[in-house]
Amino acid sequence: MAEVTGPEAKTRVLRPLTRPAGWGYTLTVGGLVAIFGWSLYAWSRQIQTGLGVTGLNVPVFWGVYIINFVFFIGISHAGTLISSILRITDTPWRRPFTRLAEAITVFSLPFGALSVIVDLGRPDRLLHVVRYPHFTSAILWDVVCISTYLITSCLYFYLALVPDIALCRDRLPETPAWRKRLYRTLALGWQGTPVQWRTLDRLLTGMSIFLFALVVSVHTNVSFVFGMTLKPGWHTTIISPFFVLGAIYSGVATVIVLAALFRRLYRLEDLMTEAHFRSCAKFLLALCCFWLYAMIVEHLFVFYGKETAELRILEAKFWGPYAPLFWTMVACCFGIPFTVLAVPRWRTIRNLVVIGLVIDVGMWLERYTIIVPSGAYPYLPWGVGTYRPSWVEVSVTAGWLAGFLALILLFARLFPVLTVWEVREELGEARFSLGAPVPAGTVDMAGASPSPWIPPLGGRGSPTGAGQSPSLATDASLQRFRPSFVSKMRQT
Amino acid sequence: MVRWAMAIDLEKCSGCQACVVACAAENNVPLGSPQEATMGRLIRWLQMLPRIEGEYPHVRAEVIPMMCFQCERPPCTYVCPVAATYKNPQGIVAQIYWRCIGCRYCVNACPFTLKWFNWFQPRWPATMAEATNPDVSLRDKGVTEKCTFCHHRLQQAKDRTRAEGRPLRPEDYRPACVEACPQGALVFGDLDDPESPVARLARSPRAFRFLEELGTQPKVYFLAATPEA
Ligand code: SF4
Ligand code: SF4
Repeated sequence: MAEVTGPEAKTRVLRPLTRPAGWGYTLTVGGLVAIFGWSLYAWSRQIQTGLGVTGLNVPVFWGVYIINFVFFIGISHAGTLISSILRITDTPWRRPFTRLAEAITVFSLPFGALSVIVDLGRPDRLLHVVRYPHFTSAILWDVVCISTYLITSCLYFYLALVPDIALCRDRLPETPAWRKRLYRTLALGWQGTPVQWRTLDRLLTGMSIFLFALVVSVHTNVSFVFGMTLKPGWHTTIISPFFVLGAIYSGVATVIVLAALFRRLYRLEDLMTEAHFRSCAKFLLALCCFWLYAMIVEHLFVFYGKETAELRILEAKFWGPYAPLFWTMVACCFGIPFTVLAVPRWRTIRNLVVIGLVIDVGMWLERYTIIVPSGAYPYLPWGVGTYRPSWVEVSVTAGWLAGFLALILLFARLFPVLTVWEVREELGEARFSLGAPVPAGTVDMAGASPSPWIPPLGGRGSPTGAGQSPSLATDASLQRFRPSFVSKMRQT
Repeated sequence: MVRWAMAIDLEKCSGCQACVVACAAENNVPLGSPQEATMGRLIRWLQMLPRIEGEYPHVRAEVIPMMCFQCERPPCTYVCPVAATYKNPQGIVAQIYWRCIGCRYCVNACPFTLKWFNWFQPRWPATMAEATNPDVSLRDKGVTEKCTFCHHRLQQAKDRTRAEGRPLRPEDYRPACVEACPQGALVFGDLDDPESPVARLARSPRAFRFLEELGTQPKVYFLAATPEA
């Protein structure tokens, strides 16, 4: 990794932003937007006619929409997990993934929220939730949690983006005027001064801790929607940890898939190395084992308890009408990923992408086999209780997925998909001065710089950087920061 | 305090479904189309739950009329995000149609599956559309509804007795299904009055309630039919 130094790293990350969009890109985004548009049409039909256009019935009152809700909220947790929890613990392999993970959070959350809104019989009365809040309802707390989560993670995402926007502002001279203006506005006058870095670091660390609590509470709340009812199959004690775990599992899988995609598209092979992916694979393997554990515990309780209504659902899942879905789900969530991930030789990036997609499918099916059978087998034997998603539900699902991917692709055209400053940190560079004018009073770096790309700072291995700043090195207030950050401050 | 409750004597119930018809007519419940019926989307505030016991040839079938049990601790009201369903001061679980956002959380939360959702805009044949009951509001598509023990009749009874200048007696207020039952299988009244017929029946050794173990404390009691010898 040593040969990858600042300039290449930065140009490589910024290069895709300057290249004109290719045919492939335009067509893909166009296609995705078209699918999204189609789903909006399908939704408009549903609003006109009523929820009868779905496959829902008595007693399967919740279907694909609610599954999508849990799924999208679930993958959104990857962002927080990788970028904030691993930031708190300063796990090094997270660095090339943080930006993407945060983007996944920010872009999947709105679709999670939209999924509940599509599911409403009266979306026009959405604001009643604010006007007549009823605090014993888990759905109300979902609204509270998810909006807090959305706002916080947007802020967090944006803050971590600011230094890189400043980089775009300073390093992309040939961009069109509107983009220049965009970068200039969004960079908030970032100059990379020590004070600015310190503020950013303090904000990000503080928000990481808050987001950590949020990620657990949000998905716990999502599980409360089910677990807090008396419905057989939902009313289990382990449902909350199971949901949180599943959320993180599917989220990490999604991050891997998208990271590999951009690694390929943007030729980032030496910044997102095989080693990074291998670390991710081990993490995924651990999650995979935990998932199996939680799944077994959940079903064992039901099996051992032998409660009639619960057992009926268990049987339907194990060898009844839901068996094909259930066992596919088990294969997708455990069988296939475990087999591949357990063999170190097989942890190649290509395999990981396949595994990531398989896990995503599996986790979607997991929510299906939790939500639908419980609906179909209520306590009292009413009616038929089968459910088949209609074209509207399929369209909306496809549309939401397409919208999510389109947003990620559009984002990746405008902003670096890697957190440049974090990657440079890993490459052994300090984060000061992105070549922007250095305000008076701080160390003058511009003069000593061998190239406009490299700030004249010593790497981790070369303490002979530019002039030392004793005032910074002895600043006791800095001791509160992470060692890696302080050591870099000292080098300046 | 009055606690309105119902007792349903399965011994007397012949399964004629007069109560089902009376309920639908009283509460402006749409008929529904055959397609809706195949999809399992009919709305019937009062419905017959078929129960079949035993193996052929020793089969015993029965139908059990069921409406919302007006639980004392209704799990459906706790979960509503907008408090569109709530237990009113008379102990009857009510719906506020204009407030409901149609999330169907309460529908899922009812362990007895006795709440109904309007999948489409309700429609009546032209001849019937004129004959809707003006005392019961019509529901829009996308909202949830359920049996209210014909709550509007309690209002009417109160108005009537106030006009007559006398206190409300339990017999002044009877839901449509109770009135319609030719067998007198449905008994309605005040559970808190130990001498009322419904309280007597609730104490009968034949009395049971559905899923009592869940602790929702339904206020609809059933009296088991004694099997024929
Ligand atoms: S029977 Fe169902 S709808 Fe009626 S009060 Fe109980 S939980 Fe609510
Ligand atoms: S469907 Fe209506 S009444 Fe039921 S929980 Fe939702 S908003 Fe409340």
